[in-house]
Amino acid sequence: MEAKDQKVLDEILESHGYDQTAVIAIMQDIQKVYRYLPEEMLCYIAGKLHLSEAKVYGVATFYENFSLEPKGKYLIKICDGTACHVRKSSEILDEIRGQLGVTAEKPTTDDMMFTVETVSCLGACGLAPVCTVNDVVHPAMTPEKARDLILELKGEAKAGEEAADEN
Amino acid sequence: MEKYMIIDGERVGFTDEKNILAVIRKAGIILPTFCYYSDLSIYGACRMCVVEDKWGGIIASCSTPPKHGMEIRTNTPSLYYHRKRILELLLAAHCRDCTTCEKNGKCKLQELANRFQIPSVRFENTKPIKPIDTSSKAIVRNPNKCILCGDCVRVCSEIQHVGAIDFAHRGSDMEISTAFGRDIADTNCVNCGQCAAVCPTGAITIKNDTHDVWEAIHNPQKRVVVQIAPAVRVAIGEAYGYAPGENTIGKLVASLRMLGVDAIFDTSIGADLTIMEEAEELLDSLAEKDRKYPLFTSCCPGWIRFVETQYPHLLKYVSTSKSPMQMFGAVIKEYYRKMDRREGRETVSVAIMPCTAKKYEASREEFKRDGMPYIDYVLTSEEVITMLKEIGIRFDRLEPEAYDMPFSIYSGAGVIFGATGGVTEAAVRRVVADKSPKALKEIEFIGARGMEGVKTCEVSVGDRQVRIAVVSGLGNADRLLQKIESGEEHFDFVEVMACPGGCVAGAGQPFARSTEKRMRAEGLYKNDKALQIKRSEENPLVESLYQDLLKNREHELLHVDYCKK
Repeated sequence: MEAKDQKVLDEILESHGYDQTAVIAIMQDIQKVYRYLPEEMLCYIAGKLHLSEAKVYGVATFYENFSLEPKGKYLIKICDGTACHVRKSSEILDEIRGQLGVTAEKPTTDDMMFTVETVSCLGACGLAPVCTVNDVVHPAMTPEKARDLILELKGEAKAGEEAADEN
Repeated sequence: MEKYMIIDGERVGFTDEKNILAVIRKAGIILPTFCYYSDLSIYGACRMCVVEDKWGGIIASCSTPPKHGMEIRTNTPSLYYHRKRILELLLAAHCRDCTTCEKNGKCKLQELANRFQIPSVRFENTKPIKPIDTSSKAIVRNPNKCILCGDCVRVCSEIQHVGAIDFAHRGSDMEISTAFGRDIADTNCVNCGQCAAVCPTGAITIKNDTHDVWEAIHNPQKRVVVQIAPAVRVAIGEAYGYAPGENTIGKLVASLRMLGVDAIFDTSIGADLTIMEEAEELLDSLAEKDRKYPLFTSCCPGWIRFVETQYPHLLKYVSTSKSPMQMFGAVIKEYYRKMDRREGRETVSVAIMPCTAKKYEASREEFKRDGMPYIDYVLTSEEVITMLKEIGIRFDRLEPEAYDMPFSIYSGAGVIFGATGGVTEAAVRRVVADKSPKALKEIEFIGARGMEGVKTCEVSVGDRQVRIAVVSGLGNADRLLQKIESGEEHFDFVEVMACPGGCVAGAGQPFARSTEKRMRAEGLYKNDKALQIKRSEENPLVESLYQDLLKNREHELLHVDYCKK
């Protein structure tokens, strides 16, 4: 682990007073920064909190919200709650997965740009079917709108990369 | 006023029972359980111990404290239904190849299925087959046989403070896992095997090396030399109806001869050598000024691994003396080396141990010479019982026999190594100046004996008082180390055994609860009483070994440097 990452972790641990019972909150803070929970970081906090690595792994795998796999720059969540499901959210999911070439088993694109997940309910049933991209809500989706959205995001990603190259 | 409960219409008094399960047991009813062990915290997962309250509510008796006047029933139609369904569902998600299971005949699930007469299982096992983890030298994990009772998790974290395994994932995906699903050998597992000892099914079993030993026995080119650890003699008879603590070493020697091994010796001789070396180290460490840390014992491989993984900075305070098994292993291989060359044979050194961690110790690089291990195989008491059963030896009908020459003389000090406090007592016998019978008797009462997890005692050596702690159970050791680190406690000598109760309670022994463990320890002290030689230094064999085989090679053959990596 790099020194700067260790500093980030120490700050997070410090802000929770190295409290064992705050392990979930600590993991949430780590995931906020890195978008997932790297193995070495979990081992590091386990040591600092005097918890076994197996225990920390147990907590991390218990909650759907925690990810042990790195996620793409754009995290797309497609709601598959009851309201969205009856309004054919699965077609939208198929369309987006097809466009990006990802599956349920391999949810992230090789270039680490996109991750596609389903969620049980986003709580926006009135706008069904719904998806979010990095927490921005896209209401009343259709397969066509989904295709356009992906194209738009791909363009944005490319522009971002070029801008980074120029710098 | 005496407090009572009403169980199935009968009054049953209770005092300080923690749960109604214990009160029910007092009433003579043994409710079925998978996840209940009185030494561990209450988990309440298996729901087999359910009872009905007077309003028809179903409660788990293991996690309900008794109340005065409480009325419960243990045998009602709905309880009958629930227990059967729970068992059927457990069986549905379980591998049912009982005949080829390592735990066949000793499995709690099998026992309860038998007791409850489950005629068939209506549901298909839809769980994907998971790989078996055979990475460890000591244990085998087969997740397909796990019923998620959590006993292993709790013994590992609560009793041993290791926490190599825990629950992972959720719901139907839940499993017992190491951190990040690593192989158990790549974790901080200390190989103590206590998880396997409490596992009700075949999900965690002790690695079986009997096949390899049979091959060696059947090969005329191989000379199979066996050493037997002290703790084995007071437990192995339990498989044949002997009381725990009864010394059946003579019968064990006789049966091993029938098995076809070539020579049989006693690890207690190794223990005598250990005391000679360790007592020397103790005297040296006492001479050091301002030493913050004590000299820690090094006999227990589970403890060594615990220090390596959790307190690596304390490794340099652990005695460099090899364990009795390894000291004697080195002696055996050296002794037969020339003879092997002459006869064109190969000596295979087998150690019969109460311990699973010894299997791991035997495989360590530190205990090899030119790539060849000093100990080729470690068999647990249980594995030896299996081998004897395989060829149908009637252990109980055999006449006791004596050990082979030349390593047949050992001291009582070596024998008591098998009980917690035994190493300490043996070392004290060596270092105190007064060698009178009265002084020996006094040493019995310094406080090293007994099954408590932490004992402290003081003895005077020369002109100073030596503070000693005797610890068994790694959780107890962990707590003590924290006190030593903080400066709250100071000791000169600390004996640690990983298994609560010491080697008599090792995971390789027949299953035992606290009463049996205590009886086994008492059996060792009784054995000590009956031996003429009480102190390691009085063993003439030790003297002759130092004069001859070990001469100028003490360091090479009897010491180990765990710090060197």
